[in-house]
Amino acid sequence: MSISTDSFASPDDAGTLSRLQRRLELAAEAEGLLDVAYTIVDSPVGSLLLAATPKGLVRVAYDIENHDRVLDTLAQRVSPRVLRAPRRLDPAARELAEYFDGRRRAFDLPLDLSLSSGFRLLVQRQLPSIGYGQTRSYRQVAELVGNPKAVRAVGTACATNPLPLVLPCHRVLRNDGTPGGYVGGLSAKTALLSLEAAA
Amino acid sequence: MKQPFEKVVEQHGGTVLRVCRVILGVHDAEDAWSETFIAALRAYPDLPDDANAEAWLVTIAHRKAIDVLRSRKRQPAPFGDVPDAPTTLGVPGDGDGDLWQAVAALPDKQRQAVAYHYVAGLAYAEIAAILGGSTDAARRAAADGIKSLRKKYPGAAMEGAPS
Repeated sequence: MSISTDSFASPDDAGTLSRLQRRLELAAEAEGLLDVAYTIVDSPVGSLLLAATPKGLVRVAYDIENHDRVLDTLAQRVSPRVLRAPRRLDPAARELAEYFDGRRRAFDLPLDLSLSSGFRLLVQRQLPSIGYGQTRSYRQVAELVGNPKAVRAVGTACATNPLPLVLPCHRVLRNDGTPGGYVGGLSAKTALLSLEAAA
Repeated sequence: MKQPFEKVVEQHGGTVLRVCRVILGVHDAEDAWSETFIAALRAYPDLPDDANAEAWLVTIAHRKAIDVLRSRKRQPAPFGDVPDAPTTLGVPGDGDGDLWQAVAALPDKQRQAVAYHYVAGLAYAEIAAILGGSTDAARRAAADGIKSLRKKYPGAAMEGAPS
């Protein structure tokens, strides 16, 4: 026999480690060390990463945004104390599930908007004023925030929205009524618009 | 750039668990693991970006394990109680339980040096920094530990990090 790492492995290591990770998650929350909690949930528009600070939901990310890269960015810009800890995201996951079921038209969640600033933040804050099932053009949103010439900047604000779905940038379309771009991809935008049109 | 702490747990959680088992036995290993990672999470923002995360974690685990060993020595409970949970020690009767007993019977320094070199894969210089003393002393402690394990297991071959 040889003595190596494997000599001290056990067939149930995976189970033990996932139990220990749950314990770490609870201890981190109890000791105020869970700066960023995240989970990944399934949805009709692909898997979604949800992340929250103690203040509130800080990030919703589509699969095509690359979840690993999103976590790296959270570690750099918010705190490296990032743990997979689904419990804190339970309310957000539940409200999103209700939304996709057509049972919810607005979100009622504490938000942490610290990933945005300046004009982008101004635009993103305005997005919930576009009601469920309605749409606005980039130009109309620019007018709404009192800067009618900032059409491009409104587009950038939507493209960099840290909380898609919850801050409904999918309801902002090109001036000619075509969907335009979307942080979750065009097919996700179309799917959300038809979900809301059908309700 | 510092990676999310979750990645640190994913990458090193298994190694730290095995190190804790070798140092403390299966009973106390899980508590030591938990204390190690909560302490690591607390200190993580201050860890230099280019630090060796595994050596850092083993250093923390070493301190947590010393606390456990000290409190044990104050208590009457004997240290030889390691392998009484056979399901976590591999297949009963294949001799692994005996290896655990032999490892548990090593002097603390030798057991630590064996764990940090052969289980965690740390270099002797890193182990010396953890144990105190010279690199040579760390190498000697590991060699003495392995020698006495070999006495009980004549067929034992050693696989570890290059020294």
